[in-house]
Amino acid sequence: MFLYNLTLQPPTSINVAVVGHFSGTKQQEIVVSRVTRLELLKADPNSGKLQTLLTHDVFGIIRSLTPFRLTGGSKGVRFFNKLDELLRKLFLKIKNYIIVGSDSGRVVILEYNPIKNKFDKIHQETFGKSGCRRIVPGQYLAVDPKGRSVMIGAIEKQKLVYILNRDSAANLTISSPLEAHKSHTLVHHCIGLDVGYENPVFACLEMLTYYELDLGLNHVVRKWSDPVDARANMLFAVPGGNDGPSGVLVCSENFITYKHQRVPELRVPIPRRRNPLEDPSRGLIIVAGVMHKMKGVFFFLLQSEEGDIYKITLDYEDDKVNAIKIKYFDTVPIAASLCILRAGFLFVASEFGNHRLYSFTSLGDDNDEPEWSSADFMDPNHPSSVYFTPRELQNLERADELESLNPLIDAKILNLTDDDTPQLYALCGRGAGSTFRILRHGLEISEMAVSELPGNPNAVWTTKLMADDEYDAYIIVSFMNATLVLSIGETVEEVTDTGFLATTPTLDVHQLGDDALLQVRKILVISNVSFHRRVNEWKTPGNRAIVKAATNKRQVVIALTGGELVYFELDNQGQLNEYQDRKEMSANVTCLSVGEVPEERQRSRFLAVGCDDNAVRILSLDPDNTLEVLSTQGLSAPPQSLSIIEMMDIETDASHGTLYLNIGLQNGVLLRTVLDNITGALTDTRQRFLGARPVKLFRVTIQGQPAVLALSSRPWLSYTFQSRLHLTPLSYDMLEYGSNFTSPQVPEGIVAISANTLRIFAVEKLGTVFNQAVIQLKYTPRHFILHPPSRNFVVIETEHNTYSPLEKKKVLEAKQKMGIQFDQNLLDLPSETFGLPKAEAGKWASCIRVINPFIGETTSLIELEENEAAFSIATVNFHNQNNESFLVIGTAKDANLAPRTCSVGYLHVYQFVDDGKSLKLVHKTQCDDVPLALLGFQGRLLAGVGKALRIYDLGKRKLLRKCETKAIPNCIVNLHTQGNRIIICDMQESVHYASYRQHDNRIIIFADDTTPRWITSTVMVDYDTLAGGDKFGNFFIDRLPAETSEEVDEDPTDIITSIHRTTLVAGGREILVYTGIMGDIGVFVPFVTREDIDFFQTLEMHMRNEAPPLAGRDHLQYRSFYSPVKAVVDGDLCEQYNLLPLEKKKFIAEELDRTTAEIQKKIEDMRVMAAF
Amino acid sequence: MDRFNLNSQLEHLQSKYVGTGHADTNKFEWMVNQHRDSYASYIGHHALISYFSVAQNESIARVKFEFVEKMLQPCGMPVPRDE
Repeated sequence: MFLYNLTLQPPTSINVAVVGHFSGTKQQEIVVSRVTRLELLKADPNSGKLQTLLTHDVFGIIRSLTPFRLTGGSKGVRFFNKLDELLRKLFLKIKNYIIVGSDSGRVVILEYNPIKNKFDKIHQETFGKSGCRRIVPGQYLAVDPKGRSVMIGAIEKQKLVYILNRDSAANLTISSPLEAHKSHTLVHHCIGLDVGYENPVFACLEMLTYYELDLGLNHVVRKWSDPVDARANMLFAVPGGNDGPSGVLVCSENFITYKHQRVPELRVPIPRRRNPLEDPSRGLIIVAGVMHKMKGVFFFLLQSEEGDIYKITLDYEDDKVNAIKIKYFDTVPIAASLCILRAGFLFVASEFGNHRLYSFTSLGDDNDEPEWSSADFMDPNHPSSVYFTPRELQNLERADELESLNPLIDAKILNLTDDDTPQLYALCGRGAGSTFRILRHGLEISEMAVSELPGNPNAVWTTKLMADDEYDAYIIVSFMNATLVLSIGETVEEVTDTGFLATTPTLDVHQLGDDALLQVRKILVISNVSFHRRVNEWKTPGNRAIVKAATNKRQVVIALTGGELVYFELDNQGQLNEYQDRKEMSANVTCLSVGEVPEERQRSRFLAVGCDDNAVRILSLDPDNTLEVLSTQGLSAPPQSLSIIEMMDIETDASHGTLYLNIGLQNGVLLRTVLDNITGALTDTRQRFLGARPVKLFRVTIQGQPAVLALSSRPWLSYTFQSRLHLTPLSYDMLEYGSNFTSPQVPEGIVAISANTLRIFAVEKLGTVFNQAVIQLKYTPRHFILHPPSRNFVVIETEHNTYSPLEKKKVLEAKQKMGIQFDQNLLDLPSETFGLPKAEAGKWASCIRVINPFIGETTSLIELEENEAAFSIATVNFHNQNNESFLVIGTAKDANLAPRTCSVGYLHVYQFVDDGKSLKLVHKTQCDDVPLALLGFQGRLLAGVGKALRIYDLGKRKLLRKCETKAIPNCIVNLHTQGNRIIICDMQESVHYASYRQHDNRIIIFADDTTPRWITSTVMVDYDTLAGGDKFGNFFIDRLPAETSEEVDEDPTDIITSIHRTTLVAGGREILVYTGIMGDIGVFVPFVTREDIDFFQTLEMHMRNEAPPLAGRDHLQYRSFYSPVKAVVDGDLCEQYNLLPLEKKKFIAEELDRTTAEIQKKIEDMRVMAAF
Repeated sequence: MDRFNLNSQLEHLQSKYVGTGHADTNKFEWMVNQHRDSYASYIGHHALISYFSVAQNESIARVKFEFVEKMLQPCGMPVPRDE
């Protein structure tokens, strides 16, 4: 078996986010690390929407990121024109670079290139071994605020300091590393101190130690070291130089302390939430924070592990700090990173769940929130717990959200709605923010308007009045025997005095020249807008009907019955002139297309004509050889629709693109062919099946770039995103006809018709390939299962470290008895934002939920009490109950995480009642350990209880143990069966193959894996073969050695949480689909032929040489971190072929003895044949 | 290579790479190194730290912090070496 690994959705978790002027303009961007990917985001200052500009797979693990700016500027965008010198100087001042700390044992400096839209690697310095190791730097990065040097540190001992400078040509230089090692120290955090222009100082939290880089001596010295609170975990730099007093804020459990050399420390407690359920002995730490400076004022926003943000200000004169002050600001999801943008936004990169952008409505200066000052806490005997009252957002307002599946805990791929492609049902999130999500492949659309029409229209257009109008003026809807004209304004209303004839159907509408409108019906009608609606008409000869028309702003082509083409062109006076000759085609014309007129040109040079003899011909529109056939392409079916369009898919040049001819066939296939813009030759055809109906094509604009709307049994969009062509379905109803739509309210939309409705919608999020429907859950979900007869899902949710509802009530009653008063409002705060109250380790809350995925509703919810927690779920058709389907749930009472113990385990048996909408408890059976794996097996229950594997039968009062084996080393986490074979997955010791012998009722283990693996999820590929993932992010396939032993191995770096054998596209092959905890979804596609294997292996080898990963990790080493990669080709690396510069593409193509187009086609085919 | 040189090379390795073993490494020291290496790896791999964090229902920053704290004495107080 040989597999091709592809990512369908990259990880959605963010571990670091930084803000800066990366493209060198005034606007700030955000660079986020999605662990294995680097992504550049832009927040639109007006709409507050986040937009992804670039994402790049670095094939490594990014652990830290920091932006920096060289003092006095840096080399900005490379300008070739001397006149731009002034501009360039402006750029010099603000351009930010990015330093990446990863697992590569290298420090990498990147620059964003806005012209090519890519990250350029400027420096890469090796300092140690690769991998996330204890003493190899990469975990911490600290940069001097003036951009003079950077410190890169490891968790233990090693710290290296690099000096950054500029050479005479203004290029960034990096020195050799200076060591600041200190043995026997563990570092919690590392920052660059703001010291103005004095020697750079780095503060490390080992004790609190200042390392000074002496720029004169080129040497790092340990300048100052002072003990801090033993539970200190984080540092923040206080502005220095002219902006503030310098120093650091040391965040420790319950306290924030200001410290600096030679000044007394100041300490303020972190205010705690007023909550009757809180455990006062539990410490509170700061998990994220950000400092913001503006016009001589600065403040910190620090977030606690509950999600509460505090605003911290310093009261200082000159260099002397008098007090630090803290007040409650707002509560947002717990962040991995916080970023403040100057445009007034706060970006919260959540550690779990959706990432959010908030806009500031105030800075919390003048509200009546209590403020605490360090001056009140100088006395060590002073009670140091202070409390605030949490509330809804007051200073922030949510502006946008980036959807994130992280953590993706379990998933299933099923086609419950009988669509073309299956849906992915996923359990995501943690705690009260958990969700059940239904993912469908397709772009999300936002519907702006739906209005009913007086009949079923067959076409719709929009048009401007004048060439330089910004917005469309009319929507024209054509019916069987009439035309309706609607004007676009505040509302959409019917208008009559437009020059359009309303009593006949319309074939085409276009704005022509500077100020004319064209309506094609039985005759051509040109109405002039500026000259009192003067109307010109052109009648067809001999009353022959116009069957098709194609127009752009200067050219008109019409096809008459019988296959005759008439060509018109606008002259310089704005007169439409007919070309003297007409062209007789050999067959009936079914469709026509002319491209848009290129900028600064008179005309589009090509006309595409589709005829019912299954051919498309390209005709020249040049004055030299007008209407001459340039090329022909034969088709498998009659063409339905054509579209010549220039797509901006060249990375190196944003202003030019490739000319494509899109052909929609009547059998539902879309062909895309490159149209040579000089000769008109057709090359490099790509083919895709869109649906069961003929494909109609419409030119639209998406994010300012041309795109094609392709309508079949579902709507598709062919667009460019990050300089790459994509063809993706829209998650929307079937449409009949579409057109571009722009208005002041909807700057970029599409108007379309579906049955008797007119719809206006926009496509906004181009990067996400899955469209999500969300159902809110209560606790962290663990597993779920489908009840096939009712198509309902049963989800088990289990949360550690919190109170169950009954327990909560008990605690509150006890407190009330003790006479403690509390505010009920505090308990009623929505737990999705404020979280569940933390109890103590060993306390559990758990529930069983029945969900109807179609209406997104919970039909039944059973809370488990008595500190019981559900861990496993299965449906079993018991043979002694007429094969009725029962639900079995494995729970544990008083479960402890480490060591894994429980006071008693239970197996609950439930009966589905009320058509599968709710559950009825049949009985509970005790067992001695945590049941982590359950499975129906030959009409009985197979249960992995700790290290014991048992078979149970359903009895009247409890489950009856029929058979047991204890030959498994640690703990059973996963079970599979086929026939008499049972595959048992152990928590640490990989898989064991067993057989159930009916005649003596025994389970015999006959084979096990030689590699120890900490299994997370597995799936049976066939009777002998098993695919699985482990906790270190390895993917493997084990096959029972019959004659040959086989094993495939790869390291996709994310922990696989579920694997499925399924097909994703209609008529596609069976593939393996996996989901990872960080929210990524990927596939393994088995190769069919030996040639393909050779081809992709060679391509992968060349890619490793020609395009080494951006963060400096060696690709082969990265994929082979735990065990050598075997029999898997990394498709993500192969797909980066499209991003290579032309010379490298050509070089690799020559090595492979193919053309670049062939290679690109093969890469694309590999993806579209199996997945999307 | 003579014996003296080999020893000095080993010493150099031991001083440069924390955790390099030597002839007299005892079980306790070996375990401490194993644990510290493991914790450092958990902290570095975001997927693993997320996994721990979900299981324990604590924030990632808290889990990281506790892991670094545990690296101080992962196996409790050192056992006296038998001479």
